[in-house]
Amino acid sequence: MGRYVLRRLLIAIPSLIGISIVLFTVIALAPGDPFEELATNPNVPAEVRANLRAKFGLDDPIAVRYVRWAASMLQGDWGYSFASRVDVDTLIMQRIPVTLFVIGSSQLLALLIALPVGVYAATRPYSLFDQVANTLAFIGFSLPTFFTGILLILVFSITLDWLPFVYRADIAETGWRWYWEHFKQAIMPIAVLGLAQGGSWTRYVRAAVLDVIRMDYVTTARAKGLAERVVVVKHVVRNALIPVATLVFLQMPAIFGGAIVTEQIFRVPGIGSLFISAILANDTPVIIAVTFVLSCLVVLCNFTADVIYGWLDPRISYR
Amino acid sequence: MAGSIPVSPTDSGGSGAAVRTLSVTPGAEAWRRFRRHRLALAGAVILGILVLAVLLGPWVWQVPINEIDFGAKLKTPSWRHPFGTDDLGQDVLSRMLYGGRISLAVGLAAMLIAVIVGTLVGAIAGMSRGRVDIVLMWLTDLFLSLPQLPLLLLIIYLFRDSLKALVGPEAGVFVLVVAVVGGFRWMPVARLVRAQFLSLREKEFVEAARALGATTSRQVARHILPNSLGPVIVAGTIDVAAAIIAESTLSFLGLGFPPDIPSWGRLLYDAKDHLDIAPHWALFPGGAIFLTVLSISFFGDGLRDALDPRKVM
Repeated sequence: MGRYVLRRLLIAIPSLIGISIVLFTVIALAPGDPFEELATNPNVPAEVRANLRAKFGLDDPIAVRYVRWAASMLQGDWGYSFASRVDVDTLIMQRIPVTLFVIGSSQLLALLIALPVGVYAATRPYSLFDQVANTLAFIGFSLPTFFTGILLILVFSITLDWLPFVYRADIAETGWRWYWEHFKQAIMPIAVLGLAQGGSWTRYVRAAVLDVIRMDYVTTARAKGLAERVVVVKHVVRNALIPVATLVFLQMPAIFGGAIVTEQIFRVPGIGSLFISAILANDTPVIIAVTFVLSCLVVLCNFTADVIYGWLDPRISYR
Repeated sequence: MAGSIPVSPTDSGGSGAAVRTLSVTPGAEAWRRFRRHRLALAGAVILGILVLAVLLGPWVWQVPINEIDFGAKLKTPSWRHPFGTDDLGQDVLSRMLYGGRISLAVGLAAMLIAVIVGTLVGAIAGMSRGRVDIVLMWLTDLFLSLPQLPLLLLIIYLFRDSLKALVGPEAGVFVLVVAVVGGFRWMPVARLVRAQFLSLREKEFVEAARALGATTSRQVARHILPNSLGPVIVAGTIDVAAAIIAESTLSFLGLGFPPDIPSWGRLLYDAKDHLDIAPHWALFPGGAIFLTVLSISFFGDGLRDALDPRKVM
């Protein structure tokens, strides 16, 4: 097992390097010059600009610039945000907990929907329940997150006036009321993300359970007189969940995408809304750093998926 | 379904039926299977209506998309404006009919790019064993593990202005959106095609063609590729829906089409600050996106069943 984890880690590192090369190439290929303002300013002579370019190494070959950039990223020197005048890493560290909280709770909600519904639908394939669940699942993942968000705001904030539609990090309440306010404002973002994800996972769970339930060992378990509930919970679901556990982690890139949109709709002060406001404000260091952090999280999730798969399924050869 | 359970998929009630199925073309067989998926059929009908509406609608409903009328701003649906008006008094129905053309065109064009690139990469990887295969699949995996939406936004942010200067504002945004959305969706197609190629090229009929002296390109073009198209068509259908969602997401975040090109996502973006007084303005384009994506999903699901010959129906 230890060697298997190590091997997976050795695979994760090249893909991290590959992603950073793709990212850096995109930025280096982009038109535009950080000293463009100086070029249009008649008070700044051309040689000052050239000196500045030389000082920051902008005329060096792209490979040299990549190595220098990667080295400074590795040392934790992520640059300085133009817009908010703070170091980029402190800015990101402030925003990450909210994002992880919203994403984590929504994934939990999605699993709470997908597991029981998917398993129950698979034990009664083509029944009325299965068909209704299947149709609802299709609707769930066909609804784009930005539209569900707007619908929820329309119903629960504007028509019914139950929930606030702006997420605030600074709530002036204390004690139980603080938790209650936090809970109220988190319901809609979490529901939007969770319902979309729950829809597609229901289908995965159903397919996985249907694959396993036809196997001979399940027939054996039934034949020796186990109750159907025990057969399903102890024998079928345990094996069916192996591919599902991997999928949960492999879907992370899509989930981060959904989180960006959701944070934008509900103005959740997370890493996604930081990214959008950085793009709208041309805040390049923040844009690069957020993209890189998200890429790292994705690689981390892929690595976790591999390790979990190896841990859950002893049939995988640890080579 | 007259109370009879077929004993096996091949024995469908006597030899007469067996003789009759011999004369059925693959297309007719797929159509027969597709019809049995009622939701897929409904999806196909709705999709057809939507496509007809955006193609013919602007001729029937001839209100210009940019006719500003401050006297009629943020009006709820009425006979003069069936879908209401926006904050400049522009007719939402005519803007939606126009925007639907953009959204569907982006979906189709991005799907074509994804399918062409994916088929090329998958075919090359599947036909050439060894190093080329390994490198191409590593590239595919790398692209799969990129965070797509952040990179889409990043690329659009970086290249928008220069492409606008190159080919004009409308074409520039269109080309950029189509290229990046399509460029991030070819990987599943590439994997599918490669898997199909790996199994098909060892089949007897390909071996027979090889024995008759068919060149590699002829084997691919005449024998392997046509037989691997089923899953690719299904994946392409789903890609149209994904591309429409991606374009709407970009426009919804304010980084897609400009306001004078009202794609459905752009309409939602403009409408989201007026939800309390003019909910219709957001509900109609949002509903259109949802309906399109849902019917494409059901259509693709039906197509999957119809084109998979191993599935008993």
